[in-house]
Amino acid sequence: MSSEQIIFYILSFWFIATSLAMIFARNAAKAVLFLVLGFFSAASIWILLEAEFLAITLILVYVGAVMVLFLFVIKMLNIDKSTIRAKFAEYLPLGLIVALIIIAEMFLVLGSAQFGLEVMPSPARHGADYSNITVLAMQLYTTYVYPFELAAVILLIAIIAAITLVHKKEATHKKQNVSEQVNVRAKDRVRLVSIVSPTKEEK
Amino acid sequence: MVSLSDYLILSSIIFCIGLAGIFINRTNIITLLMCVELILVAVNTNFIAFSHFLGNEAGQIFVFFILTVAAAEVAIGLAILTLLFRVRGSIDVDVTNSLKG
Repeated sequence: MSSEQIIFYILSFWFIATSLAMIFARNAAKAVLFLVLGFFSAASIWILLEAEFLAITLILVYVGAVMVLFLFVIKMLNIDKSTIRAKFAEYLPLGLIVALIIIAEMFLVLGSAQFGLEVMPSPARHGADYSNITVLAMQLYTTYVYPFELAAVILLIAIIAAITLVHKKEATHKKQNVSEQVNVRAKDRVRLVSIVSPTKEEK
Repeated sequence: MVSLSDYLILSSIIFCIGLAGIFINRTNIITLLMCVELILVAVNTNFIAFSHFLGNEAGQIFVFFILTVAAAEVAIGLAILTLLFRVRGSIDVDVTNSLKG
């Protein structure tokens, strides 16, 4: 067994173990932390597949932003733990049966007879001068430049949608009305009152 | 050497774990979203494995776009979740059945 295989099996074991721990975790915050560990294993497997840029992106974007967002929402909502586990056992057999059937089918379809090393030999490793980021960037900014810009638009729409959904339109917000401020006249703000000082006879 | 079928079987196992998680945790929307993330990572592993073994970078470009869409999905999903919690006081799936008819 080569060292690459040993590393692959260790990483796969951690990926599967943390995924199982994630779906069976009683606490949502613990589930997020297990998922973070699983993402690290996935990123390591992607590095084995020479996709360094995407592995770093997975850690930076998913672990750094998305999972922290999950943790933030879980801590902010303060979910009652007792309500979460109410129906845990009800769908457990059905879920396990479906998952096991799919895994068995996938084993039959994806076995070494179809995708083994004899059918699809492992490609030679790239040299030290190979840059994964350069290759991806050349593709991304030439062939896939329009999808790239569409992805930017999707992110912009996500920002706008998230802010619009969560923004509170309440009377507690103090904001200035600029047109009123510009259109104000002196007579709106200053009231001139003529005070006649009373004479002695009137007193 | 690790063969392509090893990577594909690993990603199918992760996919099935995510699917079982959706069955099991169906009362908690946050865990449902996390299971969807797990499924997406399994699919991305598939793409990257094929990209490596076929020597074609298009698979990695595809993963890039899937990551973008998944980030947008999580942002909007968590915003809806926050809104739901503010209106209902709970994020239980069984409570949010007003559209049942």
